[in-house]
Amino acid sequence: MMNCRKPSKLMSEEMDHDLSGGRRWSLRLHLLICLGCRNYRRQLSFLRQACRHEVAVDDTPPPAPPPN
Amino acid sequence: MAGFQREMLRFAVLQLRDQASAEDAVQEAMLAALQGADRFAERAKLKTWVFSILRNKIVDIIRRRVREPSYQAPETEIDDADFDPLFSANGHWHSDSRPADWGDPEKSFENQRFWAIFDGCLNRLPAATARVFMMREMLGLETDEICTELAMSSNNCWVVLHRARMGLRMCLDQQWFNAGEQTR
Repeated sequence: MMNCRKPSKLMSEEMDHDLSGGRRWSLRLHLLICLGCRNYRRQLSFLRQACRHEVAVDDTPPPAPPPN
Repeated sequence: MAGFQREMLRFAVLQLRDQASAEDAVQEAMLAALQGADRFAERAKLKTWVFSILRNKIVDIIRRRVREPSYQAPETEIDDADFDPLFSANGHWHSDSRPADWGDPEKSFENQRFWAIFDGCLNRLPAATARVFMMREMLGLETDEICTELAMSSNNCWVVLHRARMGLRMCLDQQWFNAGEQTR
């Protein structure tokens, strides 16, 4: 059974790339039983939202940049 | 477009930690944007576009800084042991550091004081760690791109991002969500 230290790293990694099957499952299992880590996870996505809030970062490709 | 200037400057200063280069980047981005501004009837689209130009300028400046001899590798700035106090010996959260429910944190977006604290917390992160985090979250780069720009392994990149998030959430927790600030 995972403690919380390892999941805290996995939850961060999950925001940057897909976790392999085994690591994803052990994280899922841990989250089922750990409220602290579920809160941590929501807080990480809040950090992302806050960073992107004011700067209009979105997924639509911008028009071609002007010549430099 | 002048309306965005303050936001652009905040964005650039946070990432470059240097007022003069931030002002240069904003000015260059505005000049470049002016050439095509009349194509944008909608303010929101214009803003997205101007920020995308500014992002490219910031990446250029970071690219130059990485080549300077004073450049410090981000993976050396924070040690995982710095987080030891948060966890008990068996690796579970200590009861007083266990992440609590932040309620409806998006409400804070409307509050100017929240943004001052948010910026303060970003500034408290070590410079190179903060740079990796902001390249990911504010410039919107993928980790592969960051690794290439900063000549880091993917694994080091993930480790640094993890430490940055850990530090930033802890700072916001102490300075804002648990400080009773937001209800004042």
